[in-house]
Amino acid sequence: MSDSSTPPLTTADGVPLKVSLRRAVRRSKLKALLLVSPLLLFLGIAFVMPIFDMLWRSVDNPEVSTTLPRTVSALEDWDGESVPDEPVFAALVEDLQEGQKERNLGLLSSRLNYEKSGMRSAVSRTARRLRTLEPPYRETLIEINDAWGELDTWQLIQRESSPYTLSYYLAAMDRQFSPQGEIVKVPEYLQIHATLFWRTFWMSAVITLATLVLGYPIAFLLANLPLRQSNLLMILVLLPFWTSLLVRTTTWIAILQSQGVLNDVMVALGVIADEARWQLIHNKTGTIIAMTHILLPFMILPLYSVMKTIPPSYMRAARSLGGRPFLCFRRVYFPLTIPGIAAGGILVFILSIGYYITPALVGGQSGRFITNYIAYHMQTSLNWGLAAAIASILLLVVVVFYWIFNRLIGVDKVKLG
Amino acid sequence: MALPSYATTGERVWHYVFLTLCGLIFLFLIGPLLIIIPLSFNAEPYFTFSEAMLSFDPAGYSLRWYEDFFTSSAWLNAIKNSFIVGIASTLLATILGTIAALGLSSRFMPARGAIMALLISPMIVPLIISAAAMFFFFSKINLAQTYLGVILAHTVLGIPFVVITVTATLSSFDTTLIRAAHSLGANPTRTFFKVVLPLVTPGVVSGALFAFITSFDEVVVVLFIAGPEQRTMPIQMWSGIREQISPTILAVATLLVILSMLLLAILELLRRRGERLRGLTPG
Repeated sequence: MSDSSTPPLTTADGVPLKVSLRRAVRRSKLKALLLVSPLLLFLGIAFVMPIFDMLWRSVDNPEVSTTLPRTVSALEDWDGESVPDEPVFAALVEDLQEGQKERNLGLLSSRLNYEKSGMRSAVSRTARRLRTLEPPYRETLIEINDAWGELDTWQLIQRESSPYTLSYYLAAMDRQFSPQGEIVKVPEYLQIHATLFWRTFWMSAVITLATLVLGYPIAFLLANLPLRQSNLLMILVLLPFWTSLLVRTTTWIAILQSQGVLNDVMVALGVIADEARWQLIHNKTGTIIAMTHILLPFMILPLYSVMKTIPPSYMRAARSLGGRPFLCFRRVYFPLTIPGIAAGGILVFILSIGYYITPALVGGQSGRFITNYIAYHMQTSLNWGLAAAIASILLLVVVVFYWIFNRLIGVDKVKLG
Repeated sequence: MALPSYATTGERVWHYVFLTLCGLIFLFLIGPLLIIIPLSFNAEPYFTFSEAMLSFDPAGYSLRWYEDFFTSSAWLNAIKNSFIVGIASTLLATILGTIAALGLSSRFMPARGAIMALLISPMIVPLIISAAAMFFFFSKINLAQTYLGVILAHTVLGIPFVVITVTATLSSFDTTLIRAAHSLGANPTRTFFKVVLPLVTPGVVSGALFAFITSFDEVVVVLFIAGPEQRTMPIQMWSGIREQISPTILAVATLLVILSMLLLAILELLRRRGERLRGLTPG
């Protein structure tokens, strides 16, 4: 159609071919983007915005600055050396009266109580006597509750007066601000989150290792059997993969509990005495066994797809060159499976550190994960800022591993079933 | 995997040890699922085999837990909720995911890797984090404790499965078939319904099945954002396991194992059909 003898090339309607091609490409790009955009918009609203909202909540600190604005501004030129004077107390009383009318003293008192125990009752007791208070307030308030006579109460109010805070992140790592504003560890009996983060990571590593040890032989067998047999055996891997997570957790409770199937069999066989039944559940062992079972298919499937691509002739060549079986495996076969190990390992590890259901049901006290504390702060202690901070730290760890996974393997290589 | 005739004694021994080992691992994988099936017929309210069951005494077996399940209004209501939420979210996820997959499989898709990573992220982000985030956000916009909220949340969780399966199907789609159809005189509509759709449908259906089972089995998000009215089956099981352990749970579990066997069979059939249509035969 275009006249090829005279440069530049043009299309039938006289547009240079280059321009026309660029237009066509741009149109195709736009079309592809348009097709994806409804989904992007949906995920943006229903998933990305909630995640950012949570991240924001982990630093959001509106309670002190909105409920005690007069106190905060009265504290601006306070030296911080001794309990403040009458004007600050007068401002506090005014703020508390306002807060009582607006009914938001509850939020304030819980917020202050996270940082200094006893503040909840200090605020509520003072609030109850607000109507009968007469100036001068300083002595009366200190009489009502000792907390108002303590220096660190005022330092706390001053510190938390900014609309953003790092306190939740510090609490998530078992740290807090000392009255002097330095970051210190919380008392030993309150240290729980760092232990749980650490436990989540090492137990996930153990689970990942266990799935590798159990999954490797199975993937090898499946990759080396004739297709018809391996397809049949694959069903044994896919069935647990497809079965409800709760069902699999329930079966482990039925099997492992002290009056359960495994212990009964062991007692019947005389392996253990009736009164010395194994404690296999509601502890770390229970969590590790059940989660290894649940996550095993996630290790087998990537390993299998990598092993499938290794020609069997490589091992035969190595053998014919005089290598002993183990040496051939270690020097030839194993290195070729490392991409599969990396893919399966990262996948199992990411899934494991975020697991909630199984540790909550079979983990008892000692086998709990950090995720169980996110739920605890969401539902029981109602400290949502702290829950958001713990979740954000966990999210960061997951995103880092996801990024590594994406760089090494590529998410579009993920296959299901 | 057959042993070569020149294998040494050591190799033979190792071969059988290896096979035994694999057998044990398969037992670990599948045994727990099989054990609960007979346990669910226990006449006694225990999670273990009774004497009567072991001696195959008919009195040791009963259907009482199944009867419990099918006559309890709480369980039946939970099933109903699970189906409402599951079907609605599957439809939404399948429609949005399939349209997006059409764009993603285009050669001209800009920033494909980054967009794909974002679309798959709901599968990777721990459920408890998604649940907490959605709870905060949905409470603000009055979606918490509503059917719509739960359906939207489950749509988010189902999308990665639809996107992955449909994109995989489309990437193996041979576009010359479209040109062939045109050259044989079919108009675009006819080409779409007679050529494109039959080849793509198995992928879309298996994506939808994945999305449905994800919703049907999801506990954590529902636990946070659903109210008492939206109790689904997994929630009912969850509270059953936590509070009053009764073998009704085992009856439900057995039914769910059978359901997953059915789903697996359907998926396998779809896969074979897809292969046959594309002219691939299992070797």
